[in-house]
Amino acid sequence: MGSRRRDIPEINAGSMADIAFLLLVFFLVTTTMDIPTGLQVALPPISEEPPEDSKQKKREVLEVLVNAADQLLVEGSPLTIDRLQQKTIDHLTNEGKDPTLSTTSTAAIVSLKNDRGTSYDMYVHVYNELTAAYNRVRDDYSMQEYGKSYKDLDPQRDKDKIKAVKKKYPRKLSEAEPVSIGGE
Amino acid sequence: MAKFKKDGGRPTPAINTSALPDIVFMLLFFFMVATKMRDKEMKVKTQLPTATEVEKLEKKSRLHYIFVGPPLNAEFGTSPRVQLDDAFATVDDIQQYITLKNGEKDEKEVPFMTTSLKADKSVKMGIITDIKQELRQVNALKLSYTASKEVKD
Repeated sequence: MGSRRRDIPEINAGSMADIAFLLLVFFLVTTTMDIPTGLQVALPPISEEPPEDSKQKKREVLEVLVNAADQLLVEGSPLTIDRLQQKTIDHLTNEGKDPTLSTTSTAAIVSLKNDRGTSYDMYVHVYNELTAAYNRVRDDYSMQEYGKSYKDLDPQRDKDKIKAVKKKYPRKLSEAEPVSIGGE
Repeated sequence: MAKFKKDGGRPTPAINTSALPDIVFMLLFFFMVATKMRDKEMKVKTQLPTATEVEKLEKKSRLHYIFVGPPLNAEFGTSPRVQLDDAFATVDDIQQYITLKNGEKDEKEVPFMTTSLKADKSVKMGIITDIKQELRQVNALKLSYTASKEVKD
Protein backbone atom coordinates (compact mmCIF):
# COMPACT_ATOMS: atom_id res chain seq x y z
CA MET A 1 0.00 0.00 0.00
CA GLY A 2 1.32 3.42 0.79
CA SER A 3 5.02 3.07 0.92
CA ARG A 4 5.86 6.61 1.69
CA ARG A 5 4.84 7.76 5.09
CA ARG A 6 3.86 11.37 5.24
CA ASP A 7 2.87 13.42 8.27
CA ILE A 8 -0.88 13.92 8.27
CA PRO A 9 -1.54 17.60 8.85
CA GLU A 10 -3.53 18.24 12.00
CA ILE A 11 -7.21 18.93 11.39
CA ASN A 12 -8.20 22.33 12.60
CA ALA A 13 -10.82 21.78 15.29
CA GLY A 14 -11.19 25.40 16.20
CA SER A 15 -14.64 25.76 14.66
CA MET A 16 -15.92 22.59 16.29
CA ALA A 17 -16.92 24.62 19.31
CA ASP A 18 -18.95 26.93 17.11
CA ILE A 19 -20.86 24.03 15.61
CA ALA A 20 -21.50 22.53 19.03
CA PHE A 21 -22.70 25.86 20.38
CA LEU A 22 -25.05 26.22 17.46
CA LEU A 23 -26.59 22.82 18.20
CA LEU A 24 -26.76 23.62 21.90
CA VAL A 25 -28.63 26.85 21.30
CA PHE A 26 -31.00 25.09 18.94
CA PHE A 27 -31.91 22.52 21.58
CA LEU A 28 -32.21 25.15 24.28
CA VAL A 29 -34.74 27.03 22.23
CA THR A 30 -36.84 24.16 20.90
CA THR A 31 -37.22 22.05 24.01
CA THR A 32 -39.05 22.34 27.28
CA MET A 33 -37.99 20.90 30.56
CA ASP A 34 -41.16 20.35 32.52
CA ILE A 35 -42.31 16.83 33.26
CA PRO A 36 -46.09 16.79 33.26
CA THR A 37 -47.58 16.21 36.69
CA GLY A 38 -51.21 16.09 37.66
CA LEU A 39 -53.97 14.79 39.86
CA GLN A 40 -55.10 11.44 38.53
CA VAL A 41 -58.82 10.85 38.26
CA ALA A 42 -60.78 7.83 37.09
CA LEU A 43 -64.04 8.95 35.56
CA PRO A 44 -67.06 6.71 36.04
CA PRO A 45 -68.20 4.96 32.87
CA ILE A 46 -71.50 6.08 31.40
CA SER A 47 -74.32 3.70 32.08
CA GLU A 48 -77.71 3.71 30.43
CA GLU A 49 -79.58 2.70 33.52
CA PRO A 50 -80.51 5.41 35.95
CA PRO A 51 -78.41 5.30 39.08
CA GLU A 52 -79.89 3.04 41.69
CA ASP A 53 -81.39 4.62 44.71
CA SER A 54 -78.72 5.21 47.21
CA LYS A 55 -79.34 2.93 50.13
CA GLN A 56 -76.28 4.36 51.80
CA LYS A 57 -77.04 5.66 55.20
CA LYS A 58 -76.55 9.34 55.41
CA ARG A 59 -73.89 9.01 58.05
CA GLU A 60 -71.59 7.09 55.70
CA VAL A 61 -71.45 9.96 53.25
CA LEU A 62 -69.33 13.02 53.80
CA GLU A 63 -71.01 15.65 51.72
CA VAL A 64 -68.74 18.33 50.31
CA LEU A 65 -70.34 21.16 48.42
CA VAL A 66 -68.58 24.00 46.65
CA ASN A 67 -70.62 26.94 45.50
CA ALA A 68 -70.09 29.47 42.74
CA ALA A 69 -68.39 31.85 45.17
CA ASP A 70 -65.81 29.13 45.96
CA GLN A 71 -67.15 28.55 49.44
CA LEU A 72 -67.21 25.15 51.06
CA LEU A 73 -70.09 23.48 52.81
CA VAL A 74 -69.21 20.21 54.51
CA GLU A 75 -72.03 18.20 56.08
CA GLY A 76 -74.23 21.26 56.08
CA SER A 77 -71.85 23.62 57.79
CA PRO A 78 -69.31 26.01 56.27
CA LEU A 79 -65.67 25.02 56.53
CA THR A 80 -62.40 26.54 55.45
CA ILE A 81 -60.29 24.66 52.93
CA ASP A 82 -57.37 24.15 55.28
CA ARG A 83 -59.56 22.14 57.63
CA LEU A 84 -61.11 19.96 54.95
CA GLN A 85 -58.31 17.42 54.97
CA GLN A 86 -58.56 16.81 58.73
CA LYS A 87 -62.35 16.58 58.51
CA THR A 88 -62.09 13.96 55.77
CA ILE A 89 -59.50 12.00 57.74
CA ASP A 90 -61.81 12.09 60.77
CA HIS A 91 -64.62 10.76 58.63
CA LEU A 92 -62.56 7.94 57.14
CA THR A 93 -61.02 6.82 60.41
CA ASN A 94 -64.11 7.28 62.55
CA GLU A 95 -65.04 3.59 62.88
CA GLY A 96 -68.35 4.40 64.51
CA LYS A 97 -67.13 6.63 67.29
CA ASP A 98 -68.79 9.85 66.26
CA PRO A 99 -72.48 9.21 65.47
CA THR A 100 -72.49 11.78 62.66
CA LEU A 101 -69.54 10.27 60.80
CA SER A 102 -68.98 6.90 59.12
CA THR A 103 -69.39 3.52 60.85
CA THR A 104 -66.50 1.75 59.13
CA SER A 105 -63.74 2.90 56.84
CA THR A 106 -64.82 0.47 54.12
CA ALA A 107 -68.29 1.99 53.89
CA ALA A 108 -67.20 5.62 54.09
CA ILE A 109 -67.96 7.70 51.03
CA VAL A 110 -66.95 11.20 50.14
CA SER A 111 -69.36 12.99 47.87
CA LEU A 112 -68.16 16.06 46.05
CA LYS A 113 -70.57 18.38 44.36
CA ASN A 114 -69.69 21.64 42.74
CA ASP A 115 -71.44 24.42 40.94
CA ARG A 116 -70.86 25.22 37.29
CA GLY A 117 -69.59 28.57 38.44
CA THR A 118 -66.96 27.16 40.81
CA SER A 119 -63.47 28.12 39.71
CA TYR A 120 -61.19 25.37 38.46
CA ASP A 121 -58.52 26.50 40.90
CA MET A 122 -60.85 25.97 43.87
CA TYR A 123 -62.04 22.63 42.53
CA VAL A 124 -58.47 21.37 42.13
CA HIS A 125 -57.68 22.53 45.66
CA VAL A 126 -60.68 20.71 47.12
CA TYR A 127 -59.91 17.60 45.09
CA ASN A 128 -56.32 17.80 46.22
CA GLU A 129 -57.31 17.98 49.88
CA LEU A 130 -59.60 14.96 49.52
CA THR A 131 -56.88 13.00 47.73
CA ALA A 132 -54.43 14.04 50.41
CA ALA A 133 -56.79 12.74 53.09
CA TYR A 134 -57.02 9.34 51.39
CA ASN A 135 -53.25 9.22 50.96
CA ARG A 136 -52.71 10.15 54.59
CA VAL A 137 -55.00 7.49 56.06
CA ARG A 138 -53.54 4.86 53.76
CA ASP A 139 -50.03 5.91 54.71
CA ASP A 140 -50.82 5.77 58.42
CA TYR A 141 -52.48 2.38 58.15
CA SER A 142 -49.62 0.99 56.09
CA MET A 143 -47.08 2.41 58.53
CA GLN A 144 -48.89 0.87 61.46
CA GLU A 145 -49.31 -2.55 59.85
CA TYR A 146 -46.16 -2.97 57.81
CA GLY A 147 -43.83 -0.26 59.08
CA LYS A 148 -43.62 1.27 55.62
CA SER A 149 -45.53 4.16 54.12
CA TYR A 150 -48.04 3.33 51.42
CA LYS A 151 -46.09 4.83 48.57
CA ASP A 152 -42.95 2.92 49.61
CA LEU A 153 -44.71 -0.41 49.16
CA ASP A 154 -43.31 -2.18 46.14
CA PRO A 155 -45.98 -2.86 43.48
CA GLN A 156 -44.50 -6.29 42.75
CA ARG A 157 -43.31 -7.63 46.07
CA ASP A 158 -45.94 -6.08 48.34
CA LYS A 159 -48.92 -6.72 46.11
CA ASP A 160 -50.96 -8.24 48.93
CA LYS A 161 -50.13 -5.44 51.30
CA ILE A 162 -51.23 -2.81 48.79
CA LYS A 163 -54.41 -4.78 48.25
CA ALA A 164 -55.04 -4.95 51.98
CA VAL A 165 -54.53 -1.23 52.43
CA LYS A 166 -56.81 -0.49 49.49
CA LYS A 167 -59.42 -2.81 50.93
CA LYS A 168 -59.24 -1.13 54.31
CA TYR A 169 -59.51 2.36 52.84
CA PRO A 170 -61.19 2.09 49.44
CA ARG A 171 -61.21 5.30 47.51
CA LYS A 172 -64.89 6.07 47.26
CA LEU A 173 -64.99 9.58 45.99
CA SER A 174 -68.16 10.20 44.11
CA GLU A 175 -68.85 13.29 42.10
CA ALA A 176 -72.38 14.41 41.58
CA GLU A 177 -73.54 16.09 38.42
CA PRO A 178 -72.88 19.74 38.92
CA VAL A 179 -75.69 22.17 39.37
CA SER A 180 -75.95 25.64 37.99
CA ILE A 181 -77.19 27.99 40.62
CA GLY A 182 -74.57 30.65 40.83
CA GLY A 183 -74.21 30.97 37.08
CA GLU A 184 -70.95 30.87 35.16
CA MET B 1 0.68 57.15 33.88
CA ALA B 2 2.75 54.29 32.78
CA LYS B 3 3.12 53.83 29.13
CA PHE B 4 2.11 50.48 27.74
CA LYS B 5 4.90 48.53 26.23
CA LYS B 6 4.15 47.81 22.65
CA ASP B 7 7.09 45.92 21.43
CA GLY B 8 9.43 43.57 23.01
CA GLY B 9 8.61 41.10 25.73
CA ARG B 10 7.39 37.60 25.03
CA PRO B 11 4.03 37.19 23.23
CA THR B 12 1.37 35.52 25.41
CA PRO B 13 0.87 31.92 24.34
CA ALA B 14 -2.50 31.11 22.76
CA ILE B 15 -4.97 29.47 25.17
CA ASN B 16 -5.58 25.89 24.30
CA THR B 17 -9.24 25.62 23.35
CA SER B 18 -9.22 22.09 22.04
CA ALA B 19 -11.24 20.86 25.05
CA LEU B 20 -13.95 23.46 24.51
CA PRO B 21 -15.98 21.38 22.03
CA ASP B 22 -15.99 18.53 24.55
CA ILE B 23 -17.48 20.76 27.21
CA VAL B 24 -20.08 22.16 24.88
CA PHE B 25 -21.02 18.71 23.61
CA MET B 26 -21.46 17.57 27.17
CA LEU B 27 -23.90 20.45 27.77
CA LEU B 28 -25.61 19.66 24.50
CA PHE B 29 -26.20 16.03 25.43
CA PHE B 30 -27.46 17.05 28.84
CA PHE B 31 -30.10 19.25 27.29
CA MET B 32 -31.00 16.69 24.65
CA VAL B 33 -31.64 14.08 27.33
CA ALA B 34 -33.26 16.23 29.99
CA THR B 35 -35.71 18.11 27.82
CA LYS B 36 -38.43 17.33 25.37
CA MET B 37 -39.40 18.96 22.13
CA ARG B 38 -41.87 21.78 22.30
CA ASP B 39 -44.47 20.37 20.00
CA LYS B 40 -47.53 22.49 20.44
CA GLU B 41 -48.02 26.14 19.93
CA MET B 42 -50.13 27.50 22.74
CA LYS B 43 -53.12 29.54 21.71
CA VAL B 44 -54.71 29.78 25.14
CA LYS B 45 -53.28 30.90 28.43
CA THR B 46 -52.92 28.04 30.89
CA GLN B 47 -51.70 29.12 34.23
CA LEU B 48 -51.85 25.84 36.08
CA PRO B 49 -53.28 25.48 39.58
CA THR B 50 -51.02 24.06 42.25
CA ALA B 51 -51.56 20.89 44.23
CA THR B 52 -49.57 18.81 46.70
CA GLU B 53 -50.73 15.33 45.72
CA VAL B 54 -49.60 15.42 42.10
CA GLU B 55 -48.22 12.34 40.42
CA LYS B 56 -45.84 12.21 37.51
CA LEU B 57 -47.39 11.20 34.25
CA GLU B 58 -45.43 8.33 32.80
CA LYS B 59 -45.07 7.71 29.09
CA LYS B 60 -45.73 10.82 27.11
CA SER B 61 -46.84 8.69 24.17
CA ARG B 62 -49.87 7.65 26.18
CA LEU B 63 -51.20 11.14 26.67
CA HIS B 64 -53.87 13.19 24.99
CA TYR B 65 -53.73 16.89 25.65
CA ILE B 66 -56.66 19.23 26.05
CA PHE B 67 -55.98 22.87 26.78
CA VAL B 68 -58.58 25.21 28.22
CA GLY B 69 -58.15 28.85 28.98
CA PRO B 70 -58.69 32.39 27.81
CA PRO B 71 -57.09 33.04 24.39
CA LEU B 72 -53.64 34.59 24.46
CA ASN B 73 -54.59 36.80 21.55
CA ALA B 74 -57.21 39.24 22.77
CA GLU B 75 -58.78 39.34 19.29
CA PHE B 76 -60.45 36.03 20.10
CA GLY B 77 -62.13 37.38 23.19
CA THR B 78 -61.56 36.63 26.82
CA SER B 79 -63.95 33.77 27.51
CA PRO B 80 -62.28 30.36 27.93
CA ARG B 81 -61.69 28.36 24.77
CA VAL B 82 -60.66 24.78 24.14
CA GLN B 83 -57.48 24.05 22.21
CA LEU B 84 -56.81 20.67 20.63
CA ASP B 85 -53.40 20.23 18.99
CA ASP B 86 -52.60 23.59 17.43
CA ALA B 87 -56.07 24.93 16.84
CA PHE B 88 -59.07 26.27 18.65
CA ALA B 89 -61.89 23.81 19.01
CA THR B 90 -65.20 23.45 20.75
CA VAL B 91 -66.24 21.01 23.43
CA ASP B 92 -68.17 19.05 20.78
CA ASP B 93 -64.94 18.35 18.85
CA ILE B 94 -63.40 16.43 21.73
CA GLN B 95 -65.16 13.14 21.08
CA GLN B 96 -64.00 13.06 17.49
CA TYR B 97 -60.49 14.14 18.42
CA ILE B 98 -60.03 11.42 21.04
CA THR B 99 -61.46 8.76 18.74
CA LEU B 100 -59.15 9.87 15.95
CA LYS B 101 -56.10 9.92 18.19
CA ASN B 102 -56.93 6.53 19.67
CA GLY B 103 -57.22 5.16 16.14
CA GLU B 104 -53.57 6.00 15.52
CA LYS B 105 -52.52 4.00 18.57
CA ASP B 106 -52.06 0.33 19.12
CA GLU B 107 -55.32 -1.22 20.20
CA LYS B 108 -53.74 -2.61 23.34
CA GLU B 109 -52.62 0.83 24.41
CA VAL B 110 -56.01 2.49 24.18
CA PRO B 111 -57.25 1.56 27.68
CA PHE B 112 -54.11 3.11 29.14
CA MET B 113 -54.44 6.41 27.37
CA THR B 114 -54.65 9.28 29.82
CA THR B 115 -56.10 12.66 29.00
CA SER B 116 -54.05 15.47 30.37
CA LEU B 117 -56.32 18.41 30.99
CA LYS B 118 -54.37 21.63 31.10
CA ALA B 119 -56.75 24.29 32.23
CA ASP B 120 -56.21 27.80 33.43
CA LYS B 121 -56.82 28.59 37.08
CA SER B 122 -59.50 31.12 36.25
CA VAL B 123 -61.65 28.76 34.18
CA LYS B 124 -65.06 27.96 35.62
CA MET B 125 -66.10 24.37 36.29
CA GLY B 126 -68.94 24.51 33.75
CA ILE B 127 -66.69 23.95 30.73
CA ILE B 128 -64.54 21.43 32.63
CA THR B 129 -67.64 19.40 33.48
CA ASP B 130 -68.73 19.45 29.84
CA ILE B 131 -65.30 18.15 28.82
CA LYS B 132 -65.50 15.40 31.43
CA GLN B 133 -68.89 14.35 30.07
CA GLU B 134 -67.51 14.22 26.52
CA LEU B 135 -64.59 12.09 27.69
CA ARG B 136 -66.95 9.68 29.41
CA GLN B 137 -68.93 9.40 26.17
CA VAL B 138 -65.85 8.11 24.31
CA ASN B 139 -64.81 5.94 27.25
CA ALA B 140 -61.62 7.91 27.87
CA LEU B 141 -61.88 7.48 31.59
CA LYS B 142 -58.36 8.21 32.71
CA LEU B 143 -58.04 11.89 33.32
CA SER B 144 -55.36 13.99 34.88
CA TYR B 145 -55.90 17.52 36.11
CA THR B 146 -52.51 18.88 35.23
CA ALA B 147 -51.19 20.89 38.14
CA SER B 148 -47.80 22.01 39.24
CA LYS B 149 -46.29 20.76 42.43
CA GLU B 150 -47.02 23.01 45.34
CA VAL B 151 -44.02 23.73 47.50
CA LYS B 152 -45.02 23.68 51.14
CA ASP B 153 -43.16 26.24 53.16
